[in-house]
Amino acid sequence: MSRSNARTGKTLTLWLSLVLVGAITLAGVVSFVWTPFALSDMAGGRLEAPNATHWAGTDRLGRDVFTQLMIGARIALIVGAGAVAIGAVIGVITGILAAFATRFLDDALAAFFDILIAFPTLLVAMLVVAAREESSLSTAILALGIGLSPIVGRITRILTKQVLSQDYITAARVCGTSWPVIVIWHILPNIAPFLAVNLALQFGLAVMAEASLSYLGLGAPPPNASWGRMLQEAQGTVYSAPWGAIFPGLALFALVIGINLLADGLRDRFDPSRRSA
Amino acid sequence: MMADLLTVDALTLATAETVLVEDLSFSIGRGERFGLIGESGSGKSLTSLAVLGLLPPAIRATGQVTLDGQAIVGAPERKLRGLRGSVVASVFQEPLTALDPLMPLGRQIALPVRRRLRREGRDSTRTAVRREVHALMDQVRLPDPQRLYDAYPHEVSGGQRQRVAIAMALACQPRLLIADEPTTALDVTTQVEIIRLINTLVEELDIALLFISHDLAVVGQMAERVMVMRNGRAVETGAMQQVLTRPRDAYTRALVTAARRFDHALEGQP
Ligand SMILES: Nc1ncnc2c1ncn2[C@@H]1O[C@H](COP(=O)(O)OP(=O)(O)OP(=O)(O)O)[C@@H](O)[C@H]1O
Ligand SMILES: [Mg+2]
Repeated sequence: MSRSNARTGKTLTLWLSLVLVGAITLAGVVSFVWTPFALSDMAGGRLEAPNATHWAGTDRLGRDVFTQLMIGARIALIVGAGAVAIGAVIGVITGILAAFATRFLDDALAAFFDILIAFPTLLVAMLVVAAREESSLSTAILALGIGLSPIVGRITRILTKQVLSQDYITAARVCGTSWPVIVIWHILPNIAPFLAVNLALQFGLAVMAEASLSYLGLGAPPPNASWGRMLQEAQGTVYSAPWGAIFPGLALFALVIGINLLADGLRDRFDPSRRSA
Repeated sequence: MMADLLTVDALTLATAETVLVEDLSFSIGRGERFGLIGESGSGKSLTSLAVLGLLPPAIRATGQVTLDGQAIVGAPERKLRGLRGSVVASVFQEPLTALDPLMPLGRQIALPVRRRLRREGRDSTRTAVRREVHALMDQVRLPDPQRLYDAYPHEVSGGQRQRVAIAMALACQPRLLIADEPTTALDVTTQVEIIRLINTLVEELDIALLFISHDLAVVGQMAERVMVMRNGRAVETGAMQQVLTRPRDAYTRALVTAARRFDHALEGQP
């Protein structure tokens, strides 16, 4: 009874997360072909409250907030996905290398991961932006990807070590299977479920970090819209026109919560021994 | 006469601090069935890992292990891998953990099968590999190979898992099969079935067997010769019959008595 309740609860949260992430993804995708107004269209009144024409109001230059939200969704998703992809490639490769390395190199890499993780992802990202001496969409993606990579590297290293100590790895080696084949056919599939959950969480982190970078003026520059920059621009008018801050804040919240719940749901679905249990 | 398939000569295994296996010597002829018996922690598994060239990095081996004319101790990983895929194979104690939980059973057998077909320069297409895997599954008496090919380890019984593990071991057509307590994790009826199966296969395919157990009664059914280990040393080596009837060492005597008592207890039951 309680078990089926728990299961219904899980299914509900999974659906909720899919709706949240799905709606924001849809907005981001549609923004490529259609937005209510052009991003640079300043024809609206300044700081209009939400109304029939401007669903989420206008900012202090008279631009449509809903349009900015849609494009902001696109940027958040692109930066999140790009950063996670870069972080995953660097992190998984170095993590597996560390797990296979000799004691000395392994210790060195593990310490390296820990030190990098001790730096906030945002700080690492800011350093990368500073090093490239320009803020652009690709710089933001690269910066956040590098910032995330030690987190992925550390978890990959630990997961790989766990898998390496399993009997089936010894059994594969007994059959004469080479290490590259073992990595591709046994290690990657067995760490993937746990890694996928972790990467989903990193996606949430990346979205937050992108907003922070943009808030600091280090994110994708105009004409891109970013929830972080919207928050920053709405700062001065937060009392007179709160919607300018509330809507991007809510969008950010919804996406990050949605992704985190999705990660939780994935954890339960991925593991085949639990799936049929 | 041909040289023995496996010769272990003055093998010593040690970590930086302790000696785990000391001055071990024995040999196994082609097609011979050899038992290794001893209490938990006596170094049986480490000995078998040394033969496979799979010792953990913390453990150093000295002495000589010669498998099919090739030196194992100190050999490069490349050469060891070749030997493992062709000369020697092994079945482990715990059939659940010895199989990849996320890979269908058939594919786990198919990996070594494909490698062998390639090595032999034979047809290694999907269908050829699959045909070979089905043949192996029949050979280890797995029912319904069609269905089990795509099943995952957690979907079949412990005995069936161990049969899959045996099929994997046979896939590379080894000349020596190492079975490290392959029945300990199974219930008694399944134990008997697996022991019969290993016996039959080893005989049919003329494979030498290194059978490891702490159960004298089980080894008694499997091996022609036996070595008794205790605390990393061999205390007695000889023909099974002789060790069973006229044990020379006090420890072996205790083992034999315990096994007898166990047998009597079993017989005493209705
Ligand atoms: N990686 C290792 N590092 C250090 N000591 C080890 C290692 N592996 C095993 N040992 C030690 O070596 C000894 C022999 O272990 P082994 O696994 O060979 O015993 P066994 O005879 O197979 O016992 P069992 O019947 O319980 O399987 C034990 O004392 C064990 O603690
Ligand atoms: Mg053992």
